[in-house]
Amino acid sequence: MSISETANPRGSVVDRLRDALPKIVLSPTVAIVAIFVYGFILFTLYLSFTNSRILPSFEWIGWQNYENLFRIRAWDTAVSNLVIFGVLYITICCALGLLLAILLDQRIRAEGFIRTIYLYPMALSFIVTGVAWKWFLDPGIGIEAVVRGWGWTTFEFNWIKDSQMAIYTIVIAAVWQTSGFVMAMFLAGLRGIDNEMLKAAQIDGASTLALYRRIVIPQLRPAFMSAFVVLAHMAIKSYDLVIALTGGGPGTATELPATFMYSYTFTRNQMGIGAASAVIMLMTIAAIIVPYLWSELREKK
Amino acid sequence: MAAAPAKSSFSLGRVVLYTLLVFFCIYYLLPLYVMLVNSLKPLSEITAGGMMALPQDWTVAPWLSAWSSAQVGVEATGLRPYFLNSIIMVVPAVALSTIVGALNGYVLTKWTFPGATILFGLLLFGCFIPFQMVLIPMARMLGLMGLAGSVPGLIFVHFVYGIGFSTLYFRNYYAAFPTELVRAAQIDGAGFFRIFWRILLPSSGPIAVVCIIWQFTNIWNDFLFGASFSDFDSQPMTVALNNLVQSSTGVKEYNVHFAGAIMAALPTLLVYIVAGRYFVRGLMAGSVKG
Repeated sequence: MSISETANPRGSVVDRLRDALPKIVLSPTVAIVAIFVYGFILFTLYLSFTNSRILPSFEWIGWQNYENLFRIRAWDTAVSNLVIFGVLYITICCALGLLLAILLDQRIRAEGFIRTIYLYPMALSFIVTGVAWKWFLDPGIGIEAVVRGWGWTTFEFNWIKDSQMAIYTIVIAAVWQTSGFVMAMFLAGLRGIDNEMLKAAQIDGASTLALYRRIVIPQLRPAFMSAFVVLAHMAIKSYDLVIALTGGGPGTATELPATFMYSYTFTRNQMGIGAASAVIMLMTIAAIIVPYLWSELREKK
Repeated sequence: MAAAPAKSSFSLGRVVLYTLLVFFCIYYLLPLYVMLVNSLKPLSEITAGGMMALPQDWTVAPWLSAWSSAQVGVEATGLRPYFLNSIIMVVPAVALSTIVGALNGYVLTKWTFPGATILFGLLLFGCFIPFQMVLIPMARMLGLMGLAGSVPGLIFVHFVYGIGFSTLYFRNYYAAFPTELVRAAQIDGAGFFRIFWRILLPSSGPIAVVCIIWQFTNIWNDFLFGASFSDFDSQPMTVALNNLVQSSTGVKEYNVHFAGAIMAALPTLLVYIVAGRYFVRGLMAGSVKG
């Protein structure tokens, strides 16, 4: 790297320092990441094998926390909720995002303005989204009450109070917040598609529908991949929205792994079990993120 | 541009298309509308089933109450002190993580060394980990540093976990910057910081805006760290808003909740309206790298 190779003995310390300067500048970040990301991961991993309760303890108990964890009903609920939520959230966001992107790609007027409207929820906090939807879906004052007020007195929409259906209200609010973002990703993908191929297919008499199904959508694969990775990792980390919308309730009906971890660690004083649940969250995310980062960073070269 | 066969502008297809587009506009705007109109009407109008209607008695009382007198947690302070907490928290955290990210990006692209890509990968992975994994040790660490339950503690946490994304932005941006210019300046005897200051920084405006907006939005909107590492008087806005809404005592003042929610949303919403282009760029760069 360096071009200053002078043999001046008095300058050599300065020179060496100058050569090392880039690494010195980078070193605080390296230290921070080493301690606060990887060191902390190891610490929590270790705690998950100890009998920590209200405070960390260092007494090794093997796999016992993990064995207990999988016997806890609330964890079972949290994991099956995550599956329901994750599958619906990713599928609906992708479908809606693709639909909106295709609609916006038809040379329409005021595209920028409409795009801005579709995407603004992404700038909001999940807490704000949660508050808005919490009262909007509340049967006492929200749409149920409004529609009844309009004269349809038997109308019922009380999913948020119904422990069977409450998890779907989380899906509704989360889709509202993120689908515009997925739309933006697909729109960028659509804009990158080669025009020549489309024109050729059009001249051959392909219908618009066939055009999309055969040529456009297959070319959106990278966008689908990115959308999947982003949405999956957001689903696993979902915490704020649940807290604001349902607080995990009614009962434990909308508990997710993230809320489970928090309550076991900080309110139920079962830190070892909380740590074990965090480790499982990390493993799940790593299984999605690591291959993705690997391929992204390798393509670069 | 995808397929858009040139049709006459009044075909049935176009009507359906615009109907759908407008329908989805309504879908996305509806919750904002609900928050806005209900923050401007007396509570009785909401509880009487008038959530979708415009206010009959327009009033700013819910806003005043949410700002300065509503019960948040144990004290009736309104959201004002917490709004200020969020501002005091967000400004230094954004500034620090952006500066460090810019320097990192510079080193990783223009002074690269063996293993730089792996190092970057490790840094990037840190952006995606579930933060549940660091909550317990971070709580202890903040205690050891004497920053537990304080705004400086939150600044530190956001700075630490913000570095990854800001490095990502600057690294990808500087990767496209002509290295010959840097080499030429080196031959002319310019040093590490001089090159950064004189050559890279002047052209870093757009990416700095992207990075600042991204960090601002993320840190302002954070809830998990705020809920985990703050005391009653150092809570950020999101945590205070949640406390306001969830408080179980007394009558539920929906109009005050909606006013508070808009207050919490306003700073990021304004940034989005003013600089939406950069916000979208940041979102995309965070997912579709390169």
